[in-house]
This record gives sequence, C-alpha cells and structure tokens, in this order.
Amino acid sequence: MASERMAAPAEAVPDPFLPLPYEVVSRTAETPDTVTLVLRPRPGTPPLEFSAGQFNMLYRFPLGEVAISISGDRTHPRELVHTIRSAGKITASLTQATPGETIGVRGPFGTGWPIDRATQGDLLIVAGGLGLPPLRPALYEILAHRDRFDRIEVIYGARSPKDLVYYDELQTWRSRPGVRFQVTVDAAGRDWYGDVGLVTARLPDTRVDAARTTAFLCGPEIMMRLTAQALDRMGVPDRAIWLSMERNMKCAVGLCGHCQYGPSFVCRDGPIFSYRDVKARMMLREV
Amino acid sequence: MSGHVRSDPPLRVADHPFFQGADPAFVERVGHHATEATWEAGEFLFHEGDPARSFYLLFLGKVALELGAPDRPKLTIQTVGPRDVLGWSWLVPPYRWRFDARAVKATRALVLDAEVLREAFEARPEDGYWFLLRLVPVIGERLEMARLQILDIYGV
Amino acid sequence: MNALTVGEKRTLERKDLAHLLSALRSAGYRVVGPTIRDGAIVYGEIGREEDLPIGWTDRQDAGTYRLERRTDSAVFGFNVGPHSWKKYLFPSRERLWTAHKTGTSFEIAPEPREEVAFAFLGMRACELAGLDVSDRVFDGKVHDPGYHARRTRLLRIAVQCGQAGGTCFCVSMGTGPAVRRGFDLALTEILSPARHYFLVEVGTEAGAAVLVDVPLGPAEGPDTEAANEIVARTAASMGRTLNVDGIHDLLLSNPEHPRWEIVARRCLSCTNCTMVCPTCFCHTTEEVPDLGGDRVERWRRWDSCFNLEFTSLHGSSVRKSGLSRYRQWLTHKLAGWYDQFDTSGCIGCGRCITWCPVGIDITEEVAAIRTVPSKPGAKP
Repeated sequence: MASERMAAPAEAVPDPFLPLPYEVVSRTAETPDTVTLVLRPRPGTPPLEFSAGQFNMLYRFPLGEVAISISGDRTHPRELVHTIRSAGKITASLTQATPGETIGVRGPFGTGWPIDRATQGDLLIVAGGLGLPPLRPALYEILAHRDRFDRIEVIYGARSPKDLVYYDELQTWRSRPGVRFQVTVDAAGRDWYGDVGLVTARLPDTRVDAARTTAFLCGPEIMMRLTAQALDRMGVPDRAIWLSMERNMKCAVGLCGHCQYGPSFVCRDGPIFSYRDVKARMMLREV
Repeated sequence: MSGHVRSDPPLRVADHPFFQGADPAFVERVGHHATEATWEAGEFLFHEGDPARSFYLLFLGKVALELGAPDRPKLTIQTVGPRDVLGWSWLVPPYRWRFDARAVKATRALVLDAEVLREAFEARPEDGYWFLLRLVPVIGERLEMARLQILDIYGV
Repeated sequence: MNALTVGEKRTLERKDLAHLLSALRSAGYRVVGPTIRDGAIVYGEIGREEDLPIGWTDRQDAGTYRLERRTDSAVFGFNVGPHSWKKYLFPSRERLWTAHKTGTSFEIAPEPREEVAFAFLGMRACELAGLDVSDRVFDGKVHDPGYHARRTRLLRIAVQCGQAGGTCFCVSMGTGPAVRRGFDLALTEILSPARHYFLVEVGTEAGAAVLVDVPLGPAEGPDTEAANEIVARTAASMGRTLNVDGIHDLLLSNPEHPRWEIVARRCLSCTNCTMVCPTCFCHTTEEVPDLGGDRVERWRRWDSCFNLEFTSLHGSSVRKSGLSRYRQWLTHKLAGWYDQFDTSGCIGCGRCITWCPVGIDITEEVAAIRTVPSKPGAKP
C-alpha cells in the first residue's frame, strides 16, 4: 500500500539554512569602519574547519545574514575570525557586536586558494582594501610552510594609511625574512613613508619569475582585472592567476541564484576562480 | 638643487629602463649634459610653481608627489622610485612644476637638462617622437591611477 | 487483487476515474491537479472529478491565453497553464526557521517538516522533465530540506498530451510529448464516439499500489496503438521549434549580439516568464519580525533575475540594464544550466511565451541569435 510508503519518513537531510550559534569572544577595531571579530562555537556547536579563501554566512539577530570571508588561521578552528566592514544595515550591526553576544554562522562555503599549486615556484599575493582579510588565512598557511615556496611577494593596497587593516601584523610581516611585503595607498599625508599609487604600479618592482609564478588576487573587481591584465602582460600564465569574486549572496549553497556569474555560482564554484576561466567574463559589462 | 655628487659608480642614462632601446647617439647627446644628484629623506627635488628645468631618471629611493592647498595638509598623490621617471612640465610652456616632489627616503637620480632635451628634439624630431612614445604611457598610467583614485575603488 | 508490476498496462473507463481519485485519497495522498480558476487552468486541490476542467481547452499564442469549450467532454483536453508543479515542491513563500530572543542571545528553531504526500494528477511529459530538472537543482548536490521531504513522498500521475499547445516546443527540446519515464502512473485519454477511457501504464510500485482497488480492464494491442497514435499526432502538430544544436557555446559566445538590444527594447522586466517557468528556482530570503522584536521568522520567497535588486552589491546592482537581465535569463536557462546541472533549464512547455505580456518568444530569440550579427560596413 502507498500508505506503507508514506509511513516511512523522508530520509532526513542536513539543513543547509540553519545558522549555528557562536559567541563573540573579542572585537578589535581595524579602521574607523572595520572590525575583526573572534567567534567561538557555543557548547554543542562543532569547530568550523575551513580552507583559506572560504566564507561564512553570518547571522545577526534579528536583521539577517551576510557573506563574510574567513580571515583567521585554519589551524585554530576553535577561533573563527571575521573582519567586517560596516557597509549596510547588517554589517553595521555586526561591527557593533560585543563580547558575549551570539552570532549565527553557516559555513564554510565556496572554494579555497589553491595553495598547493603554488608550491612549484614563486607566489605573488595582491590584495586591495578589504581584499586582505580573505587572503590572510592563505598567508598564515604559506608562512607556516615557507620552505615549500620560492620567492613570496605581497602587495597590499588601500585607500589611505588609516584604512589599512591588521596594522600591527603588517609590521611583523614586513620585517619577516623570506617575504617581500609592499604596502601602497591611494593617497597619504606626510606621516606615510610607504608607497602611494595603485597596486599595479608595484608590479614592475617585484622580483618574481613570471613564468613560474602563482598569483592570488583579492580586492575590488576593477583592481583585480587591472592586476590580472598586468600580470598577463608580465608573462604570468592566466591559469596561475587566481582571484576571489564577489556577488550578492543569499543561500550560499547554489540554490537561490543570486550570485550567478556567467555559468558559475560564485558561492559554490567560487569565490575563487582561475583568471583563465573568467577572463572573458571580466571584460563584459553587467554579467 | 640641494643634492651632491657621490663617489658611487656613476649613473648612466643608458642604464635607466626609460632609455632602453634608444638611439645611442641620442643617449650620448642628452647624457653628456646629465648630472647626478642625491637627496636625503625630507628634501625637496622641486616645489609647485618653480621653473621646471629638469627631467629626472630615478635610480634609488622614493619620491612623493604632493599636492596641497593653503588650508589643508599636503597630500601625497603618488610615489615614484627606482626605474621611474619624474616630471614633464619642462616639455611644454609655461615650464613650471605642478606639484611638489619630496624625497621620502635617500634618493639618487640622473638629472637631464630640459633645455638640452628640447634642443635635441628640435634638431632631430624623430628623437622627440621616440621620447614621447616612451613618455605618453607613463602619463597614461598616471592618468589611469588618478581616475581610479576618483572612483575610490576601496571605498565601496 | 494483486498489485500490478512496473511496465504493465491496463484500461480505466472514464466513469471509473472517480475510483482512482478516491483510491489516491484513501492512500493518504493530497490530490492536486488542473482546475479552472480566474479564467485559466491552474493547479489546485482536486476534491472530486468535477474539479477537473472537463470539456475545456486552452487556446494559446505568444502573449495570449484563452479558455474555450471543447466540442467533446475530454478530461485532459488542454495543455499547460500559468501554474507549474513547482508551487507545491518549492512554494512561492516558505518559512525556513524561526529565531527567538533568549536573554542577550537567541535560539533558532528549525521548521517542522510537513508530512504531506502530494499526488500530482495530470503531469505532462515536459513537466516530468521539469521535475527532473528541479530535482537536480533542489535535491542534487545540495538537498533543500523542504523540497526533499515533499519530493520523497510525491506520486506522479502523468497524462499524455492529446494535442499540441499553441506555444509548445517540447519535441525540439527532447522532453515530449510522449511520457516515457519518471512517472508512477501514466494515463492516455482515448476518446471515441463509442468509448471514453484511459490507457494506464504502471511506472513504479508506488503507482501500482494505488491501483489495487481501482476497477481496471485489460489493455489490448489496439488500445496501445490508439494511445501511440494520439501522441504521434500531437508531436506532428507542434508549431514551434527551438534549435538546440550547440546552444551552450552559441549563447555563451554571443553576449554582445545585437539581438539582445532588440529584445531588451520589448522586455518589460515584469518577471512573468520566471514566475511561470517550471524550472526557474531563484529565490530570496527575508526576515519577518514580530512586533516585539523577540521573534523573527526567516522566510524565503520566489525572486527573479529580472528584478533590479537581484544583483545588488555594495549599494548598486550588477545587472542594471534590462538587456543584461534578459541576457542572463536566456543564457542561464539554455546554456549556464548545463554547466550547473548538466541539463538544459528549458523543457519546451511554452509558458514563458504565452504569459509574456509583450509576446517575446524564446524560440524566436534563439533563432535570431543564430543569425550572424551584421557588422557595420559588412556586405549584406
């Protein structure tokens, strides 16, 4: 009888839409509009294992969810780190979260930086603005295995010196042997001794061997496009240039359709794409 | 100019990337009148409004190009360094600098005389054309940068 | 009476159709199917056989839909209307969870899964194909819990199309009109002056189980032949064709084809095509708080890639122009879907053509994109 069939409950499937509770452990102001939150799973919530470059959906009661990249060290999964800029209603509220409060977390989602593919040569990381936080887990991983790479260079661009995130850590990275770290801003006062100009202006100065270089780019789309084009001209193979795309995200699991970028779902097939795959799309308007 | 000539091996025009592939005779002619100069951090290469008499080939250091208004602090809108060139206000009237150039750290450059360059271009316009073909991409890059600064791409 | 085996065929007299309905209900199914409402054949509850559009048909063309009386009393003598079955498996509004404030924190309660078992009565071949597409979206790489629960219990009663609709193009999409697979029961309505009956084919054991107490007769060779002839006639009378040869590469390599500009001048971005499409799955979420602010419900509702806010990013929209939104819809439907779900997103049902207020015809747009763009200065 059909009723027998119905008596058997539908096989339970995990609910990808349920946020799990995390407690805010600390809040650090990075810039006037950006904070870093450290979250810890509430009792009963398992630690969140992730790959460098992945993102989570953060839920702020009662406002809703936003997609935010994970910016912590993946070897410390009990400390979930997110750097958030106040840009809309939900992110504005998230940046005001104080220790002890609860944040809902779904994730991790998306693809990670292909770090293993970079171990055959030089590595060039180019970050712009809030593009550094999604790259920081990759930096941690790379620096922990420094011997696996040849030259490592990092170029970080921001609007102004006061818009630089991880300021203290930048000093540590810059003084670390084995990594060349250039910081450039769009404009600065006389108290700034670093470079002023686009990240692309720093490229001729790098000493990587283009043909053997893997590049990770993250930042505003126009910055990534100009940088990828410049790297292309320098002779970095397009398949070795990786960039992290951003689109409107709602479900994060390839169901809601919002983040479609050509035939890809940024949430599932990205956010990290090879430049070879998205080159043509990046030249089109309104894709 | 507050710089002084050092005892390091002399800088050569032909070694600067800007002049890669240039006609050796042209390089010889402008190089003959080139002087070497250094600036300590904080020293100015030139100030806005000063007569523009030189074209700078940077070999070492960092120079901030600054803009300012009387009522606000100076703002660095670009830095240039080794392999870069500096200045083209000397090429066209009124031959005056449009911004300040301040050494951010110890800087070493070859200074080409603007009058020599202009005379060379007048004498052999093909050299002038070659020079412009080199200079226009530099200007283009700086224009692109200025445009992106206006877009405030990191501002979201 | 013993249950039939999969693949077996029987006949069901028209007068005994009510027995099938009551068998479905007594087996615990909530029967939904075609019914007339607001001047159209939509899908709704079928309490009794009179709820079905007996003796009615629909006349459809680009931008037009009209109900007409048939000269006979066919039960399924029409094609598809503005509704599709997705409204049951993927409701236009659905609560996902509820969050309650608890002191300084909050707790999230998952949505209880309803135990409803639907019987979809009257699924067309294209709609079975559409169900397969939806399964790949909602129950493939990721399982949508609500869809999965409802889909698992679903009974699919297919009906062969006895006529081609005015905007149908299932033949060219390879999705119809013959019902061949993916059903629990399949009916072919055979109507002659002498006899009005259905050929019933068993597709699954769940389908067979429903038939146990339904009066059935044997299916002879002529019955099967008559059924085959009906489907063949439907296929032969289909007026529209969409040429799918190399369509994936065709569309993805023509994002700047001049046709997009032409169609964009007509497209109103009204979202009708995405609402009526059985496979369009885009949705958004919204938080619905109570007045006190202690309780918030997370709802999802259908969204459309034609909405400007659909691609909002940093206070702007990625796809601002109507052109880019139409291009996204069509390119995704006919090309991107292959990359994402290894299938076309189009099943050839024609709903988007019928319900477009300005009569944009997807088959015509594809044909236009196939023509080589005329470059300025090029010889004709």
